Amino acid sequence: MKKRWLSVLRTPVGLSAGLLLFVVLALAVVAPLLWSGRADHVDTNVMLEGASARHWVGTDDLGRDLFFRVLVATRLSIQLALVATLIAVVVGLALGTLPALVGPRLGRFAVAVVNVAVAFPGLLLALFFAVIFGVGAHGAVLAIGLASAPSFARLTQTLVAGVISLDYVAAARSAGIGRFRVLLRHVLPNIAEPLVVNATIGAGGSLLAFAGLSFLGLGVQAPQYDWGRLLGDGLASIYVSPAAALAPGVAVVVAGLAFNLFGEAVAKGFGLTTQLGRLPEAPSAPADVPELDTEHVLDVQSLSVTLPGGLRPVRDVSLRIRRGEAVGVVGESGSGKSLTALAIAQLIEEPVQVTASRLRFRGTDLLTGSHRRLLGTSLAMVFQDPMTAFNPVRRIGAQLAEGAREHDGLTRKAAYARAVDRLRSVRIREPERRAGQYPHEFSGGMRQRALIGMGMMGKPALIIADEPTTALDVTVQAQILQLLQEIRLADEVALLLISHDVTVVRAICDRVLVMYAGRIVEDVSSLDRARHPYTRALVAAVPTMETSLDEPLAVIPGRMPDLADVSVGCAFAARCPLADDHCRQVEPSLETSPDGSRVACWHANDLALTTRGS
Amino acid sequence: MSELRFEAVSVRYGHGRHSMTAVDDVSLTVPSGEIVGLVGESGSGKSTLARAAVGLTPISAGRITLDGRSIDVRSGVRRQLQMVFQDPYLSLNPRMSIGQSIGETMPDRPRSQRSAEVRRLMQLVDLAPERMSQFPAQLSGGQRQRVALARALAGQPDVIIADEITSALDVSVQGTVLNLVRDLQSQLGLSMLFISHNLAVVRYVASQVVVMYRGRIVEHGPTADVLADPQHPYTRELLSA
Repeated sequence: MKKRWLSVLRTPVGLSAGLLLFVVLALAVVAPLLWSGRADHVDTNVMLEGASARHWVGTDDLGRDLFFRVLVATRLSIQLALVATLIAVVVGLALGTLPALVGPRLGRFAVAVVNVAVAFPGLLLALFFAVIFGVGAHGAVLAIGLASAPSFARLTQTLVAGVISLDYVAAARSAGIGRFRVLLRHVLPNIAEPLVVNATIGAGGSLLAFAGLSFLGLGVQAPQYDWGRLLGDGLASIYVSPAAALAPGVAVVVAGLAFNLFGEAVAKGFGLTTQLGRLPEAPSAPADVPELDTEHVLDVQSLSVTLPGGLRPVRDVSLRIRRGEAVGVVGESGSGKSLTALAIAQLIEEPVQVTASRLRFRGTDLLTGSHRRLLGTSLAMVFQDPMTAFNPVRRIGAQLAEGAREHDGLTRKAAYARAVDRLRSVRIREPERRAGQYPHEFSGGMRQRALIGMGMMGKPALIIADEPTTALDVTVQAQILQLLQEIRLADEVALLLISHDVTVVRAICDRVLVMYAGRIVEDVSSLDRARHPYTRALVAAVPTMETSLDEPLAVIPGRMPDLADVSVGCAFAARCPLADDHCRQVEPSLETSPDGSRVACWHANDLALTTRGS
Repeated sequence: MSELRFEAVSVRYGHGRHSMTAVDDVSLTVPSGEIVGLVGESGSGKSTLARAAVGLTPISAGRITLDGRSIDVRSGVRRQLQMVFQDPYLSLNPRMSIGQSIGETMPDRPRSQRSAEVRRLMQLVDLAPERMSQFPAQLSGGQRQRVALARALAGQPDVIIADEITSALDVSVQGTVLNLVRDLQSQLGLSMLFISHNLAVVRYVASQVVVMYRGRIVEHGPTADVLADPQHPYTRELLSA
């Protein structure tokens, strides 16, 4: 938290705005103490003089020095603006949190009141209140405070509504904690940042509004004076001595800018969550030796993904997929499996860097040139959540047809016909009617089918499916897997299936790649033949219908190392029962065995022996 | 520990023509000291039933009782039912330390006792008590879910409702949470309604299983019997999947 505030001050805008704000606030405190005497000193000899060496911006009709009056007026101007903002924040917070505190019916009423108030122009509201509360500083403060309260209330309401539906608030409420406490401890701390930022910007707005009201004569009354009043007084003689009007004007602009810019800088600083650092040198890759290869659809050599800052969530991944082959990728969350898929599909953009010594898809080198056309034609991608993969406001049929019109130059009609046909082939009943429906009218399983259908619009040679069944019910999951299997067998389409679920991968894949901490640690035709201790532990940890009920479930102790902690030695060593000093010091490379399987473990062969022995 | 009973409970959303029945006339008992598994597909009403029990969703018919006493959402009875949520990344307040989160559900007591009790609970769920002042962001998914369990236990509940507590976790840590649930049940004699879509998981922890389908209970019995000889087509489909 403190760090983020400090990081705001490190940006050029943040620093200058911060300094400016500091100067303005310091002046507000100090100026009246130092210069009230000179600002109030009446000298009838120098009435209404222009700027001179003695009076830098001239004098007013009583011969008082205007420069010092502007400086001294800082306190009152800032004070009034801050009090008005305080009123806006307090009233806004009260109105904004009311729906969360009272029942639903009263809550709706509170929302309606805010809605109406927000619809009113702020200045009009301020004028209206100024008339009610009477002319003068107090009335104006109340007027501006109350006039800016509705927008603050609206913001609070929106933020509260966002947080209050979260699970931790539900958890607190179900634990029997009172509404007021829930609001105080769970809701407000989590929305404080945007509120503070907005209040800062709001203070700038109040300052301007106040200057406006005083200028109109509705705000501060003589003998008190603020910038708005000085501006109003000076305006009468602007053609004689322009400085008298310009100086308070400049003061208003500077102070307003200080508040606004500071608020903006803080907002920007807090919105920025990614750490931007210097991009490291891309690891040098040996030149690709092209070879004629018709057997493999996909050929990837030492693929790495590098984040700005130098962390590498995917390291040195090599894999080949034959035509029509189904390859599964398993691993825990954070193992880099999804990033690998995105990198292969060329869906990773700057500033994240993808490097490889070879990345070939059906003989085409993907490392050079642009290959946007691949997606939607020969490469299909299926995502975990089909709801976010579709545009919610367009009909399914049109969304499917779009790609075919784009890539294959089909007419609208032909593309739509193909869309209907593909929906039928992924076994959506009544495809003609369904094509005219919107994504929300489809169930989760049907959306996933439609998404697979979208991938089938071209003639894919490879389908990359990233957790395609994770969001689905168990019974639906089986149907989707079967569908993928059928498509694969019918057209010799290769499949790269990414899943955290060992059973899913086991069900349909010819070969399984196991990833851990960004690397492939094992590549094996069947999980039952796994040699890496991590793979074995992963398989053992899944409860099945045959798991013994009398023993505790097998677990893998510890957790996967964070990206930043990946150091020398085998990444799994800390959790591995077989690890020795050698494992902790030297990272094992991925060795290929005579049978074509690959494993990265110093103890792979001991393990094979022990299992054979037992 | 005590007995949680749903008597002909219905939950309806909306009014008139647009109303939707999420839970339809469900009667179900969680006997004292037992874990009852509740399975069903998404939209079958199993989570709605759980939310109704802890007062997050109003019920439209029937009643929910704890040891024969009706649960009134507004009364203190609610504290005796605690819920553990699916996603530990969402169910812990990111701005509160683990100790504060666990301590919050505790009945009022002096500060020193409170801290000692938090330590005891953290040990109970296999978390080092020194981590008390850490924040959720510093914990892994499995550790967070254990904090959520400790928080539920802190309320000294009679019954715990666990809603898909392992489905957001990696397989490698799912086992630690399930082992913990079984340990706690045998140590403390917990009564628990354990909701899951995964039959293998339910089989491991629950002595009875209830199958919900489209808002209704379609099958109910001792876990071994239901799994060995499923009656309803949906249960059979689940088993074969």
